[in-house]
Amino acid sequence: MGKKFSNLLLEFARLHRFLMRFFREMVTPPFEFKEFIRQCYEIGWRSFPLISLTGFIVGFVFTKQSRPSLEEFGASSWLPAMISIAIVRALAPLVTALIASGKVGSQIGAELSSMNVTEQIDAMEVSGTNPHKFLIATRILATTTMIPILTFYVAGIGLFGGYLSIISKDQLSMLSFFTQVFDKIGFVDVFAMVIRSVVFGFTIGFISTYVGYYSSKGTEGVGKAANSAVVASMFAVFIEELLIVQVLSLFS
Amino acid sequence: MSNKNVYIDYDDCVIHVNDVSKSFGNLHVLRNVDLKLYNGENLVVLGRSGTGKSVLIKLISGLLMPDSGDINVLGQVVNHLDEKALRLLRLKIGFSFQNSALYDSMTVRENLEFPLVRNKRNLTRMEIDREVEEVLEGVGLLQTINQMPSELSGGQRKRIGIARTLILRPDIMLYDEPTAGLDPITCLDINGLINDVQERYKTSSIIITHDLACAKMVGDRMVMLLDGKFERQGTFDEIFATDDVRVKPFYDYNFIV
Repeated sequence: MGKKFSNLLLEFARLHRFLMRFFREMVTPPFEFKEFIRQCYEIGWRSFPLISLTGFIVGFVFTKQSRPSLEEFGASSWLPAMISIAIVRALAPLVTALIASGKVGSQIGAELSSMNVTEQIDAMEVSGTNPHKFLIATRILATTTMIPILTFYVAGIGLFGGYLSIISKDQLSMLSFFTQVFDKIGFVDVFAMVIRSVVFGFTIGFISTYVGYYSSKGTEGVGKAANSAVVASMFAVFIEELLIVQVLSLFS
Repeated sequence: MSNKNVYIDYDDCVIHVNDVSKSFGNLHVLRNVDLKLYNGENLVVLGRSGTGKSVLIKLISGLLMPDSGDINVLGQVVNHLDEKALRLLRLKIGFSFQNSALYDSMTVRENLEFPLVRNKRNLTRMEIDREVEEVLEGVGLLQTINQMPSELSGGQRKRIGIARTLILRPDIMLYDEPTAGLDPITCLDINGLINDVQERYKTSSIIITHDLACAKMVGDRMVMLLDGKFERQGTFDEIFATDDVRVKPFYDYNFIV
């Protein structure tokens, strides 16, 4: 019991050191700008097809499922306003973060742990390259930058899915749909979406790089790291969502 | 020992491992070891698997830190250096990894450019290309310049790994099991390359191995790591002129069985 507790404390100490190292590397030159752009491409652009499909389906299905409840009260005309709030406030950041946890988290976890197993990280270190700057800082910054951008995109495509779901039954022009949507969304909603997605992006990048960098040796370690990166990132995203909702409800 | 055209300066010690110990949990890998590498020398470290040979060169390159004792490399104590000074010192140390450790997402050219562009930022594109081609030509693999590491054989990967360390013109080379997993003909090639590097680049090297043919061919001096200590040292013949049951099987397996 005592040993488990001391191991837990040691793990927290290592997490803290890793976090502080990231902030230090982020602000001290030389900056690995080229690698950062490459990671943005890998994380952002390569996630586009999956994110597009998921965002569209979430918007379409959510609208379809919500319609009967509103129709019961004769309030189906409120559908655009309702789905806009649901998508912007909650669904877009959460869905993007969960998809990114699966796709990007596993990719980063597996890549770094296999580099660790094959001594590529050691090779980098002995040849005068700082792996914390080149491998860690660039990936965390890329997820923190790209996940908010992907979230805006998911919100847009989700709303478009919702619009298609509405016009499959009702007559509604796109202009009047988006007028109702933007009437209902306020600055606070968009701000909350950005905050959420930045926090989620940072969390996914941080957890995946940490798990990959400190993975155990051997091929088993690679599988474990990929798996842990996904599970731990998703778990952290849900916990953060819960906390952010509580904090935001204080201001609304 | 081979007939090499090298000058070893026994008054100039480039690495001095002084009373160093290293443990992992309850496993005591190195116990108060002392070791000196002289300028221009190829020093072979022999020993069974798991006796701490690789740990030794990781300590020298600062990838691991000793529990006690000091490691002096080119006049600097590795375990007392700050991060920046250690990074600068590492530029003078080439490390050839057992599995080559090539970056598998990069081509051979990119693998060689990687340390160069990060440490010599003022080089022009033309100078970088010239450096890369020159070093690749030195290891006889210029034709692989645009290939991916996965397309290379084990021996070619080893050579490219050595070329990547040579591109920074190190003073010291550390080879971790350079012939492990290779066929005898390729082993001879690699051994020849190690001697060639010593002569051409005037490097001082530590070669970790349990391949006695390799040790005999490249080593100017040898030490044997037994139970966490360097108990035997000298020339190849001096090392194996013993009936010690911990030493004799090495020779018997390689040259008699």
